[in-house]
Amino acid sequence: MTDLVLKGKAIKLGDNISTDDIIPGRFAHLRSNLPELAKHVLEDAVPGFASKVKSGDFLIAGKNFGLGSSREHAPVVIKMSGVGAILAKSAARIFFRNAINQGLPVLLCDTDKIGDGDKLEINLTSGMITNLTSGITLNCSKMPPIMSAILKEGGLIPYIQKHKDFKL
Amino acid sequence: MGKTLAEKILSLKSHGEAKAGDVVIADVDLAFVQDTTGPLTIRQFKESGFKILAKPQQAVIFLDHAAPSPAQQLSNDHILLRRFAEEMGCRIYEVGEGICHQLVAENFANPGDIIVGADSHTVTAGALGAFATGMGSSDVAVALALGKTWFRVPEGFLIELNGVFPRGVYAKDLILYLIGQIGADGANYKALEFGGEALAHITMPQRLTIANMAVEAGAKVGLFPADKITRDFLIGHGRGGNYKPLYPDAEANYERVIPVNLDQLEPMLSLPHAVDNVRPVTQVKGVKIQQAFIGTCTNGRLEDLAVAAEILKGKKRHPGTRLLIAPASRQVLIRAIEKGYIRSLIEAGAAILPPGCAACLGLHQGVLGDGEVCLSTANRNFKGRMGNPEAMIYLASPATAAASAIRGEITDPRDIM
Repeated sequence: MTDLVLKGKAIKLGDNISTDDIIPGRFAHLRSNLPELAKHVLEDAVPGFASKVKSGDFLIAGKNFGLGSSREHAPVVIKMSGVGAILAKSAARIFFRNAINQGLPVLLCDTDKIGDGDKLEINLTSGMITNLTSGITLNCSKMPPIMSAILKEGGLIPYIQKHKDFKL
Repeated sequence: MGKTLAEKILSLKSHGEAKAGDVVIADVDLAFVQDTTGPLTIRQFKESGFKILAKPQQAVIFLDHAAPSPAQQLSNDHILLRRFAEEMGCRIYEVGEGICHQLVAENFANPGDIIVGADSHTVTAGALGAFATGMGSSDVAVALALGKTWFRVPEGFLIELNGVFPRGVYAKDLILYLIGQIGADGANYKALEFGGEALAHITMPQRLTIANMAVEAGAKVGLFPADKITRDFLIGHGRGGNYKPLYPDAEANYERVIPVNLDQLEPMLSLPHAVDNVRPVTQVKGVKIQQAFIGTCTNGRLEDLAVAAEILKGKKRHPGTRLLIAPASRQVLIRAIEKGYIRSLIEAGAAILPPGCAACLGLHQGVLGDGEVCLSTANRNFKGRMGNPEAMIYLASPATAAASAIRGEITDPRDIM
């Protein structure tokens, strides 16, 4: 089986990006209109983010990315914006699980070694990240096998459609 | 080997031995959604090909976040939720009945239960000894359909409480102090478990306030043992038969033990824009506030309104400060009317909002203007939380909020009581 490899450019963010930063409650009326909701992704944290992000870009965050609300719309709109993966020093529990359930990879590693605009290659199979700009390689921490299996199927819904149940 | 509360509950519900770090599949006793997460849950449920709920009696929909609805899109989301409840035969709590977490505590949560809700403050029910945690829409959709979910068994932090709350100091001050100590990610993926001699006099409303904010330290659950106080609460809510004592084993293994002496606590505040940005009120006194908001799943209970009413009775809010009060449930509102709290609050200049989430998450009923400052009894003060990224939110106890509403600036409640 060939390894699953993603390539893209780093968009650097800070620590403690909350789900209110990702998609504020004031847009709750758009939650049943995801394309409209996605236009506001991260706009309070990075003005104009939705128009700057390119398909395949990676979000590079500090600690505790996605803290706060359980709104799964947060990883949904990040994925819709074209982001290929999120790299963070740490991620809040509910966001982490929601992102994997949406088939959006979240990899935990030392993101201080990545600069804004760096070109990265991420091997999702091995968990190895290569910073093509600096030449540095990073290892990310392993997730429980059930999460890897859900991610591999593209998210929880395709996983359940295929397996009909959780398989440990 | 002894077990923590989390390990005990997950062992029981996974029909095996659950130790910290294991991944288990566990039975779910209650799965619920609210009106801002429910529509996506329904879509995920249907997309998965599911037709029926595993346990319709143990599935609930709450209309509380946008209630009454301020926008046609949200009204249409409510229609979708009502239709789903009818189609599936599950319970729905209508606009004005109260906040999901308060209604779960009043009507559903039992010691040893597993509760999953599509809302991060589902942890509130940990006050009753339920392993209750927030999840996203996909996870809750699958839990509704299969009646089970998977968990990584969390390591425990034991919060050992001793002493008694001094005058003017409440459960909210304790949990804010703790979050300041632990940090917003300090208990990420962990179980916060509360113990110590002080539990004998920490009431159920106080426990609900404390458990509610466990997630603000990153925790998966905030668990209290089930004791006499739990039993009395369950009896008072017509489900005394569901009581069973639940304690961690004496030799349970905790990753960290954090002792707190309540005698030494003082009124605390979270400063903008982070819940773990905690300072004593004495260091922040004098900041002008345009809005004081008392309510939410953290502090909208009868005891909270009692404290606020006692401070505000016969006084007036500052003319430059709006005072918003949202009882956590219909039952809370009725009792607060009977006890005269609502009259005292209204006469002090408060606007009473319907039971529900109200101003907490920036949808309606108290959205802040540019540059405005709100002192709120809620659990989050992230930038933009109350509908405006240009506003500032401080978090505190109902006593601090009531005292500050009178002076129009952040005030130590001990200066007024």
